[in-house]
Amino acid sequence: MTSTPVIQTRDLTKSYGSAAAVRGLNLSVEPNCITAFLGQNGAGKSTTIKMLLGLVRPSSGEGTVLGMRITDAEENREMRRKVAYVAENKPLYWRADIASKLLNEYKLPPQRKVKSLSKGMRTKLALLLALARRPELLILDEPSEGLDPVGIEHLLQMLVALAADGVTIFFSSHQIAEVERVADHICILDNGRLLVNASLDELRQSYRRIDLVFPVPPPEREFQIVGVERIESKGHEMRVFASKNAEAVVERAHNLNAVSVEVAPVALREIFLETVKEN
Amino acid sequence: MFFKLTTTTGQPLYLQLMQQIRHAAETGALQDGDQLPGIRTLAEELVVSPNTVAKAYSELEHDGLLELRQGSGAFVCVKRRTRSLADHVQVARRRLRDLVERLREDGLLDEEIRRAFEAELLYPAETVRKQ
Repeated sequence: MTSTPVIQTRDLTKSYGSAAAVRGLNLSVEPNCITAFLGQNGAGKSTTIKMLLGLVRPSSGEGTVLGMRITDAEENREMRRKVAYVAENKPLYWRADIASKLLNEYKLPPQRKVKSLSKGMRTKLALLLALARRPELLILDEPSEGLDPVGIEHLLQMLVALAADGVTIFFSSHQIAEVERVADHICILDNGRLLVNASLDELRQSYRRIDLVFPVPPPEREFQIVGVERIESKGHEMRVFASKNAEAVVERAHNLNAVSVEVAPVALREIFLETVKEN
Repeated sequence: MFFKLTTTTGQPLYLQLMQQIRHAAETGALQDGDQLPGIRTLAEELVVSPNTVAKAYSELEHDGLLELRQGSGAFVCVKRRTRSLADHVQVARRRLRDLVERLREDGLLDEEIRRAFEAELLYPAETVRKQ
């Protein structure tokens, strides 16, 4: 299925002085999907999101959101009418009448001051406010930050319901266990570079850890084939991480007289840690 | 019906859903004409992407096990073929029991047998055929 990406960037770069926060990012986000944006603290996720929204000017490169150029002031204004954004610290500014109506409707305590709302309620409210304009695209920066498990569950349920209504969702997160359930697509950013941009189903089906035992261990280079990300050796044991081509590794292992071959799936958490370690 | 989705098996969630629905139809937990929740409802219940449910449903529709009706959800169609699959599963169970018995006689521990099974299941179908 080919469809026009809702977010697309080409060589998008942001430097602060001599330090590059985002380096040559080529991002593509499909419509009607939930895309998760993973990366360590300081990987460049928030800078990327701010560039997409026109809040930070790129040093070089270009990008479009809903087909509108992020660096064009006019198009940027137009784009922001169709995009909702929930920021990391969820600042809440709104008209009192709208707020009390929303608070009533969603069973939040109407007399409470925003500052006294719990993080879960603030997140819910920030989302409700963002959604009041019926956006085509919802961008969230660390929405589950600071929420308890019940709050996270509610948040994810809201995201899923929105996706069912046809809203495209792009969110950054550290909560890999949650991402693993709701995301269709995964982007992993590290040190300003996009290292993984794939469907979660693809990652699940292609990433494998292969544990091998040899009477006489062969040199590691025997396993340096396409798809092998990393090889570790310990005495007679060898561990191979493959992002694809696991069958070829297994075949080679049998040809090299492996006495034990164990293939195991790799959880997203491990894929993330491996990817970041490699970089 | 109850679904059990896990993120640790290396298997896409939509495939897990498909297998569980198919299994329910084979065992009779789902009967011909039974209605499954709509895409949105099930996605919210399982807290998974609606695309996951949509993909599972549309693949099952393609296989003839589900009928999707606009606006009213998904209905199970259990044909004779599905029932005969249940018989195959019965036969497979017996064969597996024999195999496991023999492996135990060979001195393999249950844990070793389980790992061997899991490793074999991770081969893509075409690799197995080649061998």
